[in-house]
Amino acid sequence: MSDHVERMVLQGKVDMHFSYAAGKTASRFFVELRDRQRIMGKRCPLCQRVIVPAQLFCKECFVETDEWVEVGPEGTLVTFTVVYHKENHHPKEAPLAYGIIKLDGADTSIVHFLSETEVTKLDHGMRVRAIFSEERKGHILDIECFRPV
Amino acid sequence: MNPQVAVIGASQTKFESDKGYEAIIETVFNVVLEAMADAGVKRDDLDSIVTSSVDLWDGRTASNQMLTDVVGAIMKPESRVAGDGLGAAFQGIMTILAGVSEITLVVSQCRGSMGAYYEISNWVFDPIYQQTLGLDYLSAGALQANHYMKQFGISQKDCARVVIKNLRDAQNNPYAQVAREATVDEVMDSPMLAYPIKEMDVAPISDGACAVVLASREKAKALSKKPIWILGAGSCLDSHYLGDRDLAGGDALIRASKKAYGMAGISDPLEELDVAEVSAAFSYQELLWTELLGFCGRGEGAKILQKGMTSLGGTLPVNPSGGMIAGNPVTVAGLTRLVEAVLQVRGEAGARQVRGARKALAHGTTGCCGQGQYVMIVGN
Repeated sequence: MSDHVERMVLQGKVDMHFSYAAGKTASRFFVELRDRQRIMGKRCPLCQRVIVPAQLFCKECFVETDEWVEVGPEGTLVTFTVVYHKENHHPKEAPLAYGIIKLDGADTSIVHFLSETEVTKLDHGMRVRAIFSEERKGHILDIECFRPV
Repeated sequence: MNPQVAVIGASQTKFESDKGYEAIIETVFNVVLEAMADAGVKRDDLDSIVTSSVDLWDGRTASNQMLTDVVGAIMKPESRVAGDGLGAAFQGIMTILAGVSEITLVVSQCRGSMGAYYEISNWVFDPIYQQTLGLDYLSAGALQANHYMKQFGISQKDCARVVIKNLRDAQNNPYAQVAREATVDEVMDSPMLAYPIKEMDVAPISDGACAVVLASREKAKALSKKPIWILGAGSCLDSHYLGDRDLAGGDALIRASKKAYGMAGISDPLEELDVAEVSAAFSYQELLWTELLGFCGRGEGAKILQKGMTSLGGTLPVNPSGGMIAGNPVTVAGLTRLVEAVLQVRGEAGARQVRGARKALAHGTTGCCGQGQYVMIVGN
């Protein structure tokens, strides 16, 4: 029999809801964002690194972090990008800018939006400051973005 | 120590933007038959099967279950790596070293065309701190590119030259999806997708599959006239959270390659390797990976490329197949690199053959920005 038959392509869709438990550490991080507009890290009792966003444990020393430490709200831009193409999963309209920011007092960096979407107005090492969302829900998006200082 | 595992069969499909003319099992059936024929083995000879596929790319869960029959795994042990195909080859090697298998088939398949490519990669990110920001492979790659390029003074034109080399060399590869002469201006003029990454800096979205047959030393000697030995292998993972990694650093690849070089007795990879196939989904990654693999000093990836050292005919050709810039079957990429490395040391790489190749490196990555790294050295 000939292989020259009309080819059928069938359609499907994955559209399901999930509930992700944030756990004790990220929950407190989110509560601090929501209620006090504070960005919190946790310090490793052995190497003393302040890990931000707060994590349950230090991946290097492999012990639970213990001390909560407020960091920022200002920090230094480690790297950045401006995304021009549009995607359904983007929470806002392109162009949108992302940065990796080392907040003052932190030893690791946080990934988040930048307010500035002109590449020429962004630079490695520039100072930025967290802007908090007006309506906060206990979520990483309670930080609206980081704005150049 | 004598190498204990050999590749005795290898096959790959042509990589295409949309294989909608055939079902996944049709693609896999053909590639498995070809690998078994290449090895001179039948289904009954297979002791174990390892597959690589990722559920969301396949649009179903436990997606290896749809492959059980077509990879010859009925009434046999099969395990699946939900990641890069070179990771599956690692597991395949382990089945033999553990003594539970003498002949193991490794199969990797993926269809980038089936779903929303970047939206699926958004699901790679943890849902607590990263996913809702809308990060995906492109934006994360751009953060890495910008960091690396700033730190080491790499220009966008340096990256464009990677594209030109790979698209040019891909013209020698009958399995390539994209292959042509291109210019720096053309790459520079292609639309900016995520600064500093432009459309032509990005690997195309591809469909395809690969298969290799691994054998123990005894079986390889008995069955194969041209066994290609696994001389060294190393793998290493970095952290997941993008802010807790040095994106321009890359200790994971340094460690993975040192492990592989140590096993293979390689002290100067640039001189001792004859060809390298690396998994670079973006042009900047080929430069970054060649540095971390120790082919040159940090920041010198662009320099050795511009000197022609990594071109066909150079000291150490990198991606004479065209690499992922010529075809990017997502999770199949690393196993494709192994197939290419095997063809090279067999002397069967056709027009893309590196003359007299005896030792080849295959590299694979999994996760975003090279979070997971695999390095394998093969030789005859």
